[in-house]
Amino acid sequence: MIAIVDYGVGNLFSLQSSLVAVGAETVVTADPAVLARADKIILPGVGAFGDAAAKLRESGLAEVLTREVGAGKPLMGICLGMQLLFEKGFEYGEHQGLGWIRGEVRPISEVIGEGLKIPHIGWNALHFGEKKHPIFRDVREGEHVYFVHSYYGANCADSVIATAEYGAELTAAVACGNICGCQFHPEKSGDVGLRILRAFCESEALA
Amino acid sequence: MTTKRIIPCLDVRDGRVVKGVNFEGLRDVSSPVELARYYSDNGADELVFYDITASAEGRALFTDILTEVARTIFIPLTVGGGINTVADFDRVLKCGADKVSVNSGAIRNPALIAEAANRYGDQCVVLSVDVRRVDGVFRVFAKGGRENTGMEAIEWIRRGVESGAGEIVVNSMDTDGVKQGFDLELLDAVCAAVNVPVIASGGAGCAEDFVTLFDRLPLVDAGLAASIFHFGEVQIPALKKQLAAHGIPMRI
Repeated sequence: MIAIVDYGVGNLFSLQSSLVAVGAETVVTADPAVLARADKIILPGVGAFGDAAAKLRESGLAEVLTREVGAGKPLMGICLGMQLLFEKGFEYGEHQGLGWIRGEVRPISEVIGEGLKIPHIGWNALHFGEKKHPIFRDVREGEHVYFVHSYYGANCADSVIATAEYGAELTAAVACGNICGCQFHPEKSGDVGLRILRAFCESEALA
Repeated sequence: MTTKRIIPCLDVRDGRVVKGVNFEGLRDVSSPVELARYYSDNGADELVFYDITASAEGRALFTDILTEVARTIFIPLTVGGGINTVADFDRVLKCGADKVSVNSGAIRNPALIAEAANRYGDQCVVLSVDVRRVDGVFRVFAKGGRENTGMEAIEWIRRGVESGAGEIVVNSMDTDGVKQGFDLELLDAVCAAVNVPVIASGGAGCAEDFVTLFDRLPLVDAGLAASIFHFGEVQIPALKKQLAAHGIPMRI
């Protein structure tokens, strides 16, 4: 069973539907007992870094999730959910993240240069390093996924598993042990996105 | 680099797609769900649904359909038509819409843009504008193009973006239905005025019109059309191949 963490940010309907579409049994929950029983966890999120991080901490979910991933449970963060995996975020001030992955979240305006629109919104190609992470097992170099973001994972070279070019090489996905995250929205990335979600659901390699 | 987007637009009234469609292999040509799936499987980068229903029953039916579409289609969905309040945003976002398009609702109450952007984020708010030249000036029209608001269009769009609109759909009433190409003069003026994605609408008659659009105006992000896709006059996969062959970035 895949648990989608419900902490009051964003709409989880499409995400849950896409997981159902790849044959996963899913539950949307904020219940620590359910999260403990789940085989894998997805941490979604839209909105601002500071608010979301505060909600995770105030609800006690940050602690619960830290315990679960500490015990080796695979977790995937999506969009803001990926950004929260880092140590710090610089969106409207400086905020503490979950700190599971080394690095910080900074405005893309610092790196993409003049003339490009912000947010980075639309379909962009994924580029992989030499070794492809298990969540991308069914995705080819250069296939497109759907992005909507104004901040990106910075100073995290050790954990980057995919990038996208938008005036700079932006972090598209990260991984560290049993934890991974996608800046883009797999649940809005058509067939490519479904292949990524299926790989996450099926992969034994993340545990 | 992000690709240019090709966006079919579906007008829905009382639960059915309004403009007749003629595709091989489609059992029910006016089923929004079947048509949405067809487009998603055939290269559409995003879908726009306009609710042109007048009745409350029709509106409830529309949200049911939207839910069903969002359950089975995994590309971005924009929803417009009858969006007058933040509660309307909430209603369609809960059904799985990713972006909400406002037009007359924002003209009646310009504060709606900022209110919605604050709550759901700029990326969620699309300002759709119907524009026609009156005595050589671009004017904003309301109520499906029936009423001249007297507002100058570029200024209205600039204000909309300042208030938090994250994307602009520019529908030229002068070129709409004429099938002689997009309104390049208007689109150029909009692109020069704002730094958010601009979606061109109105006037596409053939694949060449899209080539001209992206070739001449590299700042335009997407081309939107309805009937030429619905009637199969332009097939999206072939269109995207043709655009890619011209060096225009496409998701193939």
